[in-house]
Amino acid sequence: MAYRDEKLSEEKVFKDPVHRYIHVRDQVIWDLIGAPEFQRLRRIKQLGTSYLTFHGAEHSRFNHSLGVYEIVRRILDNFHDRPNWNPDERLLCLCAALLHDLGHGPFSHSFEKVFKLDHEDFTQAVILGDTKINKILSQVDEGFPQNVADIINKTYHNKLVVSLISSQIDADRMDYLQRDAYFTGVSYGHFDMERILRVMRPMEDQVVVKQSGMHAVEDYIMSRYQMYWQVYFHPVTRSAEVILSKILHRAKELYEEGYTFKLKPTHFVSFFSESPSLQEYLELDESIAMYYFQIWVNEDDAILSDLCERFVNRRLFKYIEFNPNLQMNAWMELYRLFTKAGLNPDYYLVVDSSSDLPYDFYRPGEEGERLPIHLLMPNQELKELSRESEIVESISGKKRTDHKLYFPLDRLEEMSDRSKTKKRIMEILFE
Amino acid sequence: MLEKHAKLMQFFSNSDEIIGRKRLQKMIYILKKCDIPFEERYQFHFYGPYSEELTLRIEEMGNLGFLNEIKEDKKNYSQYRYQLTDAGCEFLDHYHMDLPPMNRHIQLMKEKSSRFLELVSTLLFFEQLPKAEITEKVFTVKGKQNYNEEDIAEAWAFIAQLRQIGA
Repeated sequence: MAYRDEKLSEEKVFKDPVHRYIHVRDQVIWDLIGAPEFQRLRRIKQLGTSYLTFHGAEHSRFNHSLGVYEIVRRILDNFHDRPNWNPDERLLCLCAALLHDLGHGPFSHSFEKVFKLDHEDFTQAVILGDTKINKILSQVDEGFPQNVADIINKTYHNKLVVSLISSQIDADRMDYLQRDAYFTGVSYGHFDMERILRVMRPMEDQVVVKQSGMHAVEDYIMSRYQMYWQVYFHPVTRSAEVILSKILHRAKELYEEGYTFKLKPTHFVSFFSESPSLQEYLELDESIAMYYFQIWVNEDDAILSDLCERFVNRRLFKYIEFNPNLQMNAWMELYRLFTKAGLNPDYYLVVDSSSDLPYDFYRPGEEGERLPIHLLMPNQELKELSRESEIVESISGKKRTDHKLYFPLDRLEEMSDRSKTKKRIMEILFE
Repeated sequence: MLEKHAKLMQFFSNSDEIIGRKRLQKMIYILKKCDIPFEERYQFHFYGPYSEELTLRIEEMGNLGFLNEIKEDKKNYSQYRYQLTDAGCEFLDHYHMDLPPMNRHIQLMKEKSSRFLELVSTLLFFEQLPKAEITEKVFTVKGKQNYNEEDIAEAWAFIAQLRQIGA
């Protein structure tokens, strides 16, 4: 029997708190899950630093990847005999769903920003490079790894297949919203996924939703909106991200200046030069990054030591709401005052904006920007969701953005009450 | 503070006015590929390279009063016009932008249709592949746009022209 058709002698299941069970019958899927590059995802948290705000948020990219696979598996079971769907694409879709996050590194967001990396490039590299994952996929057929990579890169010829893994209503989002809600313990993020799966229909270029399922989709859009502001963009999580980014910047700067670290930062060296090989990239997971942060608490460099101590012991920066247009002069004055107070403003005075954590709100796709969610009307016509749903129209019309100014209040409070610099800083920040 | 926004404001300051979100997305992508150091991250989407970061920054600049966005309702869609405001110009004055010159790039791109810029940006997205494969890719992923060999040749010539500027 061809490897692509091989089934396990009996179905394997993973217990899962979100989908109850994750079912595996295909030998290829089972082998991929066992590959070291996939197992590595157990050591990468799905929500990065959010565990410092929501203590339950310790779940991994491994959990999420299995969840996306399971959702796609269920969708494809429903698609089986439907027009526009080619069952020969089934295994390809399942592999792409399982492997879509393979290139995520430790604390992806900050690492990518500071070291100018892109996890999508590494996903491609793991699938196409000299890896166990590539060997397994190549056993299916020679062109199979490239096809999986193309789906994840959204450049595969069959756009219907791409839209299952990546569109404005895809398996990726449907899993992470529910999973992140479960592990953070918040009550938003829930929607009737079973209903959505039942009303999804394959069309030539995309998955659409029967009009009768519109209210379930509205719930899903609301969940996205609420999870963004309540969880993903929580100001305390942002404070942790700010500190983490500054740790990485400081370590890189010190390395470039020739500073001698007490422990050579072997795992970071290739990151400092912004060119880690695939092997070096895969070797640095969150356990190792955290090890270095703990070691750096005892470094001689006061800034690196302080920032690491803050991150490890959750002594985060405080924040105020900030308007860069109206408060430009205040910011320039604060910059000077912080320098005078001996607090390097490049590390201790940080404006963080909503665009620093891009998260795709639902967008109706004006002028062909992105493909919107389409409803399949009873007369078989397609209509864009926000043109039918007032709730979605009102959410997608809103453009809430946000800027915060982060700083170490504890360091300011330690300054003498007689200090004019302190007095002026406090006036600007709090009056 | 807001250095990435300031780079975009510099672009708007050089552009006078940009009409259309798709055009805006593709112009910034093409400029990035011409070594103008914009930092917005792009992914391939249904209509070619698209950056959610760019969309969010544009919204932020609008909300802060740095950028004026005018929505015009067309028959089947809405179109947007963008122009830097006085507050945006003032904010930009605080920065000593060290961006390479891009006026000529912008001028040339503004003369082209957004359909053509979609093709140019798609070619650039795949430019690490052999040329024949890129053509094949364009016919595959952009089947509905009905680009032909002539369009593709014109797009390559345009890319070469842009990259010659300042060389």
